[in-house]
Amino acid sequence: MRPAFSVIFFTTASGAGYGLLFWLGLAALAGILPGGFWFGFVTMALAVGLISAGLLSSTAHLGRPERAWRAFSQWRSSWLSREGVASVLTYLPIAAFGVGWVFLGRTGGWVVAAGALMALGAVVTVCMTAMIYASLKPVREWHNPTTLPGYLLFAAMTGAVLLNGVLHLFGHGSQPMVLLALGTTILGWIMKRTIWRYNATHRDGPTLGDATGLGNAGKVRSSQWPHTEQNYLLKEMGYKIARKHSARLRIIAQALAFAAPIALLAVALIAPGWLSVVGCVLAALVQLAGMLVERWLFFAEATHTVTLYYGYADKEAAA
Amino acid sequence: MTCIPVKTDRKLGLAIDLDTCVGCHACVTSCKEWNTGAHSAPLTDLLPYDADPDGVFFNRVHTYEQDTPDGGRTVNFPRSCLHCEQPACVTVCPTGASYKRTSDGIVLVDQDKCIGCKLCSWACPYGAREFDVDVGVMKKCTLCVDRIYNENLPEEDRVPACVAACPTGARHFGDFGDPDSAISKLSAERGGVELMPELGYKPVNRYLPPRERKNHPVNTAAKPLEAVKAEGGFLGWVDRILSGKD
Ligand code: SF4
Ligand code: SF4
Repeated sequence: MRPAFSVIFFTTASGAGYGLLFWLGLAALAGILPGGFWFGFVTMALAVGLISAGLLSSTAHLGRPERAWRAFSQWRSSWLSREGVASVLTYLPIAAFGVGWVFLGRTGGWVVAAGALMALGAVVTVCMTAMIYASLKPVREWHNPTTLPGYLLFAAMTGAVLLNGVLHLFGHGSQPMVLLALGTTILGWIMKRTIWRYNATHRDGPTLGDATGLGNAGKVRSSQWPHTEQNYLLKEMGYKIARKHSARLRIIAQALAFAAPIALLAVALIAPGWLSVVGCVLAALVQLAGMLVERWLFFAEATHTVTLYYGYADKEAAA
Repeated sequence: MTCIPVKTDRKLGLAIDLDTCVGCHACVTSCKEWNTGAHSAPLTDLLPYDADPDGVFFNRVHTYEQDTPDGGRTVNFPRSCLHCEQPACVTVCPTGASYKRTSDGIVLVDQDKCIGCKLCSWACPYGAREFDVDVGVMKKCTLCVDRIYNENLPEEDRVPACVAACPTGARHFGDFGDPDSAISKLSAERGGVELMPELGYKPVNRYLPPRERKNHPVNTAAKPLEAVKAEGGFLGWVDRILSGKD
């Protein structure tokens, strides 16, 4: 599948933003939400900025962005529509929580309720995003049980690492928070490797013989395409990257999204004062860059059944 | 609503005869000619005279080679929307632009509602939907909805443009919902195939497989050479050792 930058940026940024809001909501529920105008202001601005920039960027890949409002209408059948509705509805508790916490300086009462709803909205919205991909039967790498937990965990991970960075920046850093960031990142790494292994071992799916219905009579080979140049289907669904390329990108993704943040957070855990602040902030930035690469691979490595008609062998299409 | 109708009154669709299709692409050009001025017009062509032309088509003809017990054969394979009974291309649509008609089962895109999110083209396993970059909306086969009911056309022309154009009569149009219709009978008789039924889209269109070849041509190929005897003695031993055969 073609990795469109707008969608890569959208899923990464909104994932991190909703992850951040999720942890803030939980902190409010647990009664450990720090006060302070500037900390609150910056954290909320960051979270709202990430999800809003993401949502705006996702409309950038539409053919007719001016009609985007129509996408809220089909929530009964469409995960994309549900995602739109969930993301807009979640803005309500976000606004209430932001006003109460940041501007009124409250961390109890209705602000806790708003925080809980906000955390719930964040989880639901990320689920909707994941289901858009997980529900697509023609794409084997997405239509499987790993997609939903993957999206949820990566959102929780980037959100925790981000929150940890901001907390340190404002002098609210604590060991449990670093441990949370560290723990979710380790889990994230395990998750990503599990997903890759799952996709490498579950390679059974339709073949060209099934796609053409000719399979029973013998092996089928594509000998001529219907057209000599690339068309929409090949540009959008037949995106190929060299296997070598993909292997290198997997290493980069793992180094940036998991290995480097784990090292930096470990340093932050034992290092004193400013060094720990630098470690936590760097970990958040490096991880976001790594997650962009991870998301790029999520699309680039996904194969679509339409490519069978063009004779892309299963192995080759994954390369 | 993009929910799928529980039941459609009719199931209009095509049966495509892979035995007689000669891969001439007449259906492709005829489809393009009609539809670039019809329901989903235009079918934009981008840079048609340039090095890398691109454009929207509803119908594409592939050519395959197949090794069968009867020998190799070439199969031409027209590919277009199968007007599925469970079309996920419709349910994923966030705007309601994609819909399946209750009256005849035809799957259409409302060009005025589509936001061009492309999700439906991801959801179609058969590659039946093509995005029009120029207009910014999704396009697909309409089963010539503006021909088949068109009273301004002579009755014999009220079939999809591809069906009317096919010089070998490889394309058949009709109601699969009626077991007594000509197309249902033809499909039953020829063992019409459903493409990738395991995905659960329940396509309406059927592909009639190439007939078995009964009269084998005389085999004029030269006989294979006699097998070379395995080398004995010392050299044979070296050869076996080096090629790892003990
Ligand atoms: S062939 Fe594709 S576009 Fe046509 S109805 Fe089926 S899923 Fe939808
Ligand atoms: S591209 Fe248009 S028809 Fe297809 S899912 Fe999006 S809005 Fe619906």
